[in-house]
Amino acid sequence: MSGAIPQGLYEQLSHQLSQVIGFIYPNEVETQWAILIVVYPYITGIVAGAFILASLVKVFNVVEVQPIYRLALLTALAFMLVAGMPLQLHLGHPERAYEIFFTPQTTSAMAMFGFVYLWYLMGILLIEIWFEYRQQLILMAREAKGLMKGVYSALSLFSKDLSPEALAFDKKASKVITIIGIPSAFLLHGYVGFIFGSVKANPWWGSVLMPIVFLMSAIVSGIAMVMFLYILLSMLRNEKLDMRCLDKIGLFLMVAIIVDFALESLDYIHRIYQSEESIGILTQLVSSKLFTSLVVVQVLFGMLLPLLVIALVRIFRLNEELRKLLYFTSSLLILLGIFAMRWNVVIGGQLYSKSLRGLMAYKMEITGIESLVMALALLALPFVFLTVLFWLLPPRWMKTNAPGTA
Amino acid sequence: MNKREFLRQVVSFLPAAGLLRMFPETAEAKELISAPTADYDPTKHWYGMGVDVDKCIGCNRCVEACKAENAVPEEPFYFRTWIERYKIRSDGETTVECISTREAPPEQAEPEDPNVVRTFFVPKLCNQCAHPPCVQVCPVGATFQTSDGVVLVDATRCIGCRYCIQACPYGARYLNPHTRTADKCTFCYHRITKGLLPACVEVCPTEARIFGDFKGQADRLVRFQRVNQISVLKPDLNTEPKVLYAQLDGEVR
Repeated sequence: MSGAIPQGLYEQLSHQLSQVIGFIYPNEVETQWAILIVVYPYITGIVAGAFILASLVKVFNVVEVQPIYRLALLTALAFMLVAGMPLQLHLGHPERAYEIFFTPQTTSAMAMFGFVYLWYLMGILLIEIWFEYRQQLILMAREAKGLMKGVYSALSLFSKDLSPEALAFDKKASKVITIIGIPSAFLLHGYVGFIFGSVKANPWWGSVLMPIVFLMSAIVSGIAMVMFLYILLSMLRNEKLDMRCLDKIGLFLMVAIIVDFALESLDYIHRIYQSEESIGILTQLVSSKLFTSLVVVQVLFGMLLPLLVIALVRIFRLNEELRKLLYFTSSLLILLGIFAMRWNVVIGGQLYSKSLRGLMAYKMEITGIESLVMALALLALPFVFLTVLFWLLPPRWMKTNAPGTA
Repeated sequence: MNKREFLRQVVSFLPAAGLLRMFPETAEAKELISAPTADYDPTKHWYGMGVDVDKCIGCNRCVEACKAENAVPEEPFYFRTWIERYKIRSDGETTVECISTREAPPEQAEPEDPNVVRTFFVPKLCNQCAHPPCVQVCPVGATFQTSDGVVLVDATRCIGCRYCIQACPYGARYLNPHTRTADKCTFCYHRITKGLLPACVEVCPTEARIFGDFKGQADRLVRFQRVNQISVLKPDLNTEPKVLYAQLDGEVR
């Protein structure tokens, strides 16, 4: 089993080798986890964040956010359906991925992720959405004709009961599932953080704060994504937004950013103050290779600027149109900033040598499996799913007496 | 597709499936050649390696032997073992270079630099940790520790997720571009279980590498451990390496 390696890989690695600064272990030239593994925690984070936003309605009775309840749930589902794909695609042997489920090694953080993922998708999201939509699906099945009648009946799992007791049960079940769902969402993304945080070989990753930093940034990105979609949909449909709802989301977003910023700052302060063996190379990493993506994109434009904007929106009572515009811009900046955060963790952790004596380079491929095009396709896919879901499960209620309106 | 057509396809498919089944069998047959002999008892051994830094002359023959013996890709991005060269200056500044990635040995000797107080070579390889982080993280158990203490990768099971490569503090693993699975030093498991030495040890002209068995009485490795002051790499990570270094400078990570 030898012979030349594929030409594209050879060129990529030769280029990366020529960009090495200082000394690295020779096997470190290759970037093992590339752009797809940046996309993976980004998408998973949006799932967890959107779900937690939705749960505010059910568990904490934040009535203002009711209009986006369904939107948030469907967003979580659309992103959840894509979450496993980048992982699957980046494997050397994707056809063996099932082994994670059939012969998992219990000491592996990654092995357990498959189960956490499945539990969250099957045990929480789908069931919650089903209870939320059951009544509407029955009504739609009654009204629809032909094929769609069958589709709606099948989606409602052929239930027909619209008695007040049944509807009350739907509500109760939905609440119970949300209560279980919150820790599950925490688990889902905290776990992704643990996959990185538990790697003691890599001081950039190996931090006890990693799961909680991942979780907070997930909440930030999920709320920002729902806010972005809410404004975008209202523009596309030419509908009036519920500004109370939007302001409330803005408030939650602001709080989440503050907590996230505090946690990440704590991580950096802790590292700088402890000044361990790795501090020299990490300082070099942040001030050179990661300066733009970390200091400029992640912190300044992705965190502090939107935080300032949202704070100003709240302090000065600006008119609706301006508020909408500022929220919209902020949500986009935050989404970009969180993507940069994932990049800085995943790629950043592979840009310095474990010998702590040198820096590597990462040259992203444009086409191919582990490439920019694939990453963009995976990031676009949830929106395709979301369009289908909106068509199948309208986020708007059919009757005017129903609570949701988004 | 009608019934006749369906049946015809089934009939032609069955022998084809039978043919396909042969492939894994031939692969298994090849495996058997390198498998330990029937009387080999892994529980009676606990293998390790000693590296005498002062003896290494940086000839790189171990690296070449390893690549040839284990079909390690020739390109300079994949190594089961490699040699680092350290240069320590009087002001404490240390420069390190991996001489194994050089395309050709330098034609001329470097000019003397009076500020350099010490230079030396350090052979590196998988530390065959007694407490291996790579084994801990493997999601499917494809990388495992044998009873004789060697950490191996089952290439027929590895899914190529590369988590083990991330978890190795020593950079000893790579993804084999041909098999698309994780790969690393095996102490030449196919040789040592037959009583032979690993290829790198076999070819070393200065005996800078000592292979042995911690369970063996009067073993060379046990003697190496007794007569030298021993260090291991990155002891703070508690991986308990079984590659022991003698005369190792504190600068080496």
